[in-house]
Amino acid sequence: MSRFSKKEKKSTGQINTASLPDIVFMLLFFFMTTTVMKEVNLMITVKVPDATEARKLEKKSLVSYIYMGQPLRSFQKMFGTEPRIQLNDQFKNVVDIADFIAQERDAMDENDRNKMTVSLKIDSDTRMGTVIDVKQSLRRAQALKISYSARKVEEL
Amino acid sequence: MGKKELSPINAGSMADIAFLLLIFFLITTTMDVDTGLQRRLPRLPDEDQQEDSSDKIKERNVFVVLVNKHDELLVESKPMDIHQLRQKAKEFIANPNNAENLPEKEIKELPYFGSVFITKNPVISLTNDRGTSYGMYIRVQNELVAAKQELRDDISIQQFGAKFDELTESQTDAVKNYYPSVLSEAEPKNIGGK
Repeated sequence: MSRFSKKEKKSTGQINTASLPDIVFMLLFFFMTTTVMKEVNLMITVKVPDATEARKLEKKSLVSYIYMGQPLRSFQKMFGTEPRIQLNDQFKNVVDIADFIAQERDAMDENDRNKMTVSLKIDSDTRMGTVIDVKQSLRRAQALKISYSARKVEEL
Repeated sequence: MGKKELSPINAGSMADIAFLLLIFFLITTTMDVDTGLQRRLPRLPDEDQQEDSSDKIKERNVFVVLVNKHDELLVESKPMDIHQLRQKAKEFIANPNNAENLPEKEIKELPYFGSVFITKNPVISLTNDRGTSYGMYIRVQNELVAAKQELRDDISIQQFGAKFDELTESQTDAVKNYYPSVLSEAEPKNIGGK
């Protein structure tokens, strides 16, 4: 009996933590490489519709975002409850889209400009009227490649 | 001697620092990938371009889908449930029985396929009211895209034994010629109010 108890006492040593930094660093690098910083502070609620045919958007650097939806509670006093357009960090109107597209295009590499995609993140409760207006101004701005942002689901 | 004063650097706090950074990246990270229905908007028509009769399309070649402000569908002048739309659209694009009221067919030479009897540029025209909800619009778009995709998958499996997305580039082009992309976003007419 005494032999067993002796053994137990001996085994309760300190855990070797020498490899802990290595493990943590590995995790750190993983997150550092996969991370994408939040693009904008959303001031509207956007719940994009579901779609079975949604495809992944490639090359994030080529994508510009247009958000549309009802302003958040805290902004409703100032901006009402009608769906609004948000570009970058501000509420905008349809007429500002042309400027926005021009700006985004300027920021891009020259070779990539014709590959620019505009991702429309639009709340599913929005009425099509405003969406049509946005689409028309995109056409006027020659930004023809668009993507209706939707959540990929297997079954509707 | 300098050699004697070289003591090992205390690396005990390294883990703490790394943890701090790790937590920062954990919080700021957004893993979501953006998915969506990718489309190409038509160019704006030139101002001086007249409505020429040459690109007038025969009625049988057009599949008209209307969505009203109550999110109801009118397909080829008949009310329809959204669940039937995909089947109907597939029938329209392929016209398997060479029906009179579905698009015209022609014999065409295609790489890989040889000469095939396929529909001659069918067009699906989608028109919506200003009051249609965006969710419904996307559902309809989704059904129409799915119809095209299913047909392409079918023919790809039949011909190449693989789904459309797994084909090589030249095979993809051949299938695209077999079933061209047909959805046309009609020049919006501002029908209806809010």
